[in-house]
Amino acid sequence: MNRTMTSVAALGVAALGAALLGSAAAAQATKFEYWYGLSGDLGEVVQATCTRFNESQDQYEAVCVGQDSYDAAVQNTIAAFRAGQHPTLVQSFDAGTADLMLSGEFYPVQQMMKDFDIEIDWSNYFPGIANYYAASTGELFSMPFNSSTPMYYYNVDQLTAAGITTAPDTWEQMEEAFNALKANGSACPMAYAPGVWIDMEQFSMVHNVPVASNDNGYAGLDTEVLFNSPLHVKHMENIKRWLDEGLLQLRTTQSGVPARDAFLSGECAIFFSSIADHATVGKLATEGLNWEVAMIPHYADYPRHNTVVGGASNWVLSGKTEEEYRAAAAYLAFLATPEEEEFFVSNTGYIPVTKGGYDALLAKGFYDAAPYKNRDLALKSLNFTPPTNLTRGIRLGGMIQIRSEWVNEVDAALAGQKTMKEALDTAAERSNAILARFAKTYEGKTFP
Amino acid sequence: MRRAYFNNNWVAALMVAPQLIIIFVFFYWPTSQAVYWAFTLEQPWGGGNTWVGFDNFRAVLGDPVYWQSVRVSIIFALSSTAIAMAMALVLAVFADRQLTGFKAYRIGMIWPYAVAAPAVGLAFRFVFNPNAGLFSYINSVVPDLWNPTLNGNQALLMVIIAGAWKLVSYNFIFFLAALQSIPRSLLEASAMDGARVLRRMRDVQLPLMAPTFFFILVINITDSFTDSFGIVDTLTNGGPARATDLMVYKIYSDGFRGFDYSGAATQSIILMLLVIALTFVQFRYVERRVHYT
Repeated sequence: MNRTMTSVAALGVAALGAALLGSAAAAQATKFEYWYGLSGDLGEVVQATCTRFNESQDQYEAVCVGQDSYDAAVQNTIAAFRAGQHPTLVQSFDAGTADLMLSGEFYPVQQMMKDFDIEIDWSNYFPGIANYYAASTGELFSMPFNSSTPMYYYNVDQLTAAGITTAPDTWEQMEEAFNALKANGSACPMAYAPGVWIDMEQFSMVHNVPVASNDNGYAGLDTEVLFNSPLHVKHMENIKRWLDEGLLQLRTTQSGVPARDAFLSGECAIFFSSIADHATVGKLATEGLNWEVAMIPHYADYPRHNTVVGGASNWVLSGKTEEEYRAAAAYLAFLATPEEEEFFVSNTGYIPVTKGGYDALLAKGFYDAAPYKNRDLALKSLNFTPPTNLTRGIRLGGMIQIRSEWVNEVDAALAGQKTMKEALDTAAERSNAILARFAKTYEGKTFP
Repeated sequence: MRRAYFNNNWVAALMVAPQLIIIFVFFYWPTSQAVYWAFTLEQPWGGGNTWVGFDNFRAVLGDPVYWQSVRVSIIFALSSTAIAMAMALVLAVFADRQLTGFKAYRIGMIWPYAVAAPAVGLAFRFVFNPNAGLFSYINSVVPDLWNPTLNGNQALLMVIIAGAWKLVSYNFIFFLAALQSIPRSLLEASAMDGARVLRRMRDVQLPLMAPTFFFILVINITDSFTDSFGIVDTLTNGGPARATDLMVYKIYSDGFRGFDYSGAATQSIILMLLVIALTFVQFRYVERRVHYT
């Protein structure tokens, strides 16, 4: 019937008929929606993976919708979910994990792949990455996707001119480098933007010190934060002192010149950021800027541990049809192929998530030459030691509010309104109230 | 006076129904939902909530950070309203005096009202930028004098100016209309009696503009409490150290960013009550002094 009508229409108006036929053909493919948070260049790469998937087969069609930011992707998905209009797949960032896990409104990917008989070698995933997205049983809940970790970027020429020939590995060496740069006439040895992800969370990982009790929240909801320990306070006090001494210069988006731009223009010699910035720095660096990346420093008294994965993973949500799940599973399996992993990492600054993907790239000499040179230092940082209970990750409810408590209090301390110790104590006390409130919201539930 | 009325109430109901439905769907329904959430702990993904009585209100009202936000919001509302009204009045008086080029100037003054709040924020981010913006010249004279990224008072000042700038054009339109509705004969008569410009303004124009002043005051204060989100979001993100964390921005960051739906609902209810109370006070006490002719 449908076909006859289409044919009639095609006979009647040729152009319109062609359009109808086109849509009739597409209607046979199972459609599913995927909402992602990456935007700009990175968003376009995600869109490209969808196009590649849709062109690679005609059974399924991925409808990929950019939501402009991680925040918005999760916010909009929650709103849509409550109205029953949610996508099958959503890209969710670390801070959205706790609520999603406790809600139970998702389809664990490892289970899904098994249900649809799709073979994935789960042991192929880097433990530092897989652990982050896994249940206490080790089963993966979401599919690792865009993965990053923090690094610092440095201007080789400026450091060499100041007599520093090897990249500082400890904060002690870093301070020497700052002073050497300043003595050499640099007005901005390092562009600093206060950031809880690097200054507190990843800092704790590298030093193997807890961010919160209960193994950073993994073991239960009755958790208290521990980020006001003497080591944390000492580090933030150092940062404040370096700012006061002019070794660090505040460069934030709000101040008009973000740290990355200050580095790109050659004004500042060092800045800290995610490895995801590697591609952007390579693209935007002024002609002749000789730059490198290195692992974030640690204090000499504490042996270095692994950093933890940042970025986001893909979650399958509940309440969809089996056909849609089959389509979503095909898409996730497609993303996990070595070819697609290479496409994604070579077009963004992200790192491969599987050992196989990494080995394939290494064999090709991918990381030997510009623009990808040394980008795999991020993988070395992630895998520096096997993850411990304290360096596996952080699983806290109200994570975004806790981060903002930290930022606000540290801001106050940097502006000289209180000491760093007072600031971190206040932030910890307020964070504990948030955690208690979160535990009460999910009374009687535990992380699966 | 004879009142017009409908004989058939069903026709009347039909006429007002679209308006009532819109108000119900976009105001009463969400508000009742927010009231319900304010008394529970709501899980963001659905899946149930727990009744907690007045716990949320106790938590919000017992939080010094919340009172800081209330304080900042009141300072913001009063200052930006005062600045916006004063600026708009001066500009309207100039336009009304028909100085050279006033027509082009009149149109130019109305334009900013069409600019969205986030765009205003972005424009002012450049103006106030301590490193590269117009205000960086201050720093080149006195180093580190201007740094709204660290100095909370400067950041608040910046948000107030941006907020006021956005209101000026709206106020300008109303003030100009009010000035132009004053009969010329009154001004000419007082001029004949020897009143100079300022005197005419004080004794004739301002009293006759009182109803407009009152209207603008109510609108500006309400607007500053509820519509300042875009500016804060682009200019400061509520920082540094919560110095510009206006109530409406705090609701957004706790509720939407932080997934604390119940806390945000509680704050929304308090904000709503505050705006209702302020408007009530204005109508009860300020309006008494306004004479409509």
